[in-house]
Amino acid sequence: MNENLFASFITPMMFGLPLVTLIVLFPSLLFPTSSRLVNNRLISLQQWMLQLVSKQMMSIHNTKGQTWALMLMSLILFIGSTNLLGLLPHSFTPTTQLSMNLGMAIPLWAGAVITGFRNKTKTSLAHFLPQGTPTPLIPMLVIIETISLFIQPVALAVRLTANITAGHLLIHLIGGATLALMSINTTTALITFIILILLTVLEFAVAMIQAYVFTLLVSLYLHDNT
Amino acid sequence: MASVVPLKEEKLLEVELGELPSWILMRDFTPSGIAGAFQRGYYRYYNEYVNVKRGSIARLSLVLAAYVVFNYRRSHKELKHERPRKYH
Repeated sequence: MNENLFASFITPMMFGLPLVTLIVLFPSLLFPTSSRLVNNRLISLQQWMLQLVSKQMMSIHNTKGQTWALMLMSLILFIGSTNLLGLLPHSFTPTTQLSMNLGMAIPLWAGAVITGFRNKTKTSLAHFLPQGTPTPLIPMLVIIETISLFIQPVALAVRLTANITAGHLLIHLIGGATLALMSINTTTALITFIILILLTVLEFAVAMIQAYVFTLLVSLYLHDNT
Repeated sequence: MASVVPLKEEKLLEVELGELPSWILMRDFTPSGIAGAFQRGYYRYYNEYVNVKRGSIARLSLVLAAYVVFNYRRSHKELKHERPRKYH
């Protein structure tokens, strides 16, 4: 059990071929495209959901920030669908790999910051110093703000990785405990099973919330910088 | 034994048993041929389940079930050791 606890997080290979590429590309199969005006039920549902989310998320940006709408919408769809697919039994969730989350977080954050520096240099530099600080505190506060700026992408990536990995691990552990307890004492097994059900419901929520949080934060960084 | 349609264009279920080896050899295995086969399979599935006006949940469940089975096969080697048996 000790060795196998993390076995579901290793990158899947089959015959030495990187199967992980296929698994990362799989959610795109679930979102078909269509060029018609009136579509079938599935595509209409997805279009309605996408409109709802994009209106809510892109309304705070100005024109320049709204050019990022496509990127942010595909981001939230990708993270949401991969997280939800990872809740199926035996499946592999690519978002548990820190490498992938860093690969998503760092370019997006860097793009937002560099856009801010190039187009509105004074405003971006002004973010380093909150208003109304007493004068002796200024040098220390600038250092603190710089550190908090550079920690943003790392925090984004690690937050997503840690949440999803922790949820999956908990489900594994509690499921194993339920199985082991069933032969010893059925009542405790029942209690543990109820905990497992609650945890699964939580995981569904977490899967979607994490996607939302990631995208929301990226859009906030964007808003600061456009 | 000989069929009415030329052998190359017959569908699999209509090929007669004696002709099966030559049928298999005659399908083209070039990359574009394989891609074409995937595309045809995908569109058969798509037109039957997705492109209808009021699709059902059966379509999504089919895909997810296939995905689960695929992953189970992939991780079978590590899962073998977790069976509750006396001798592993």
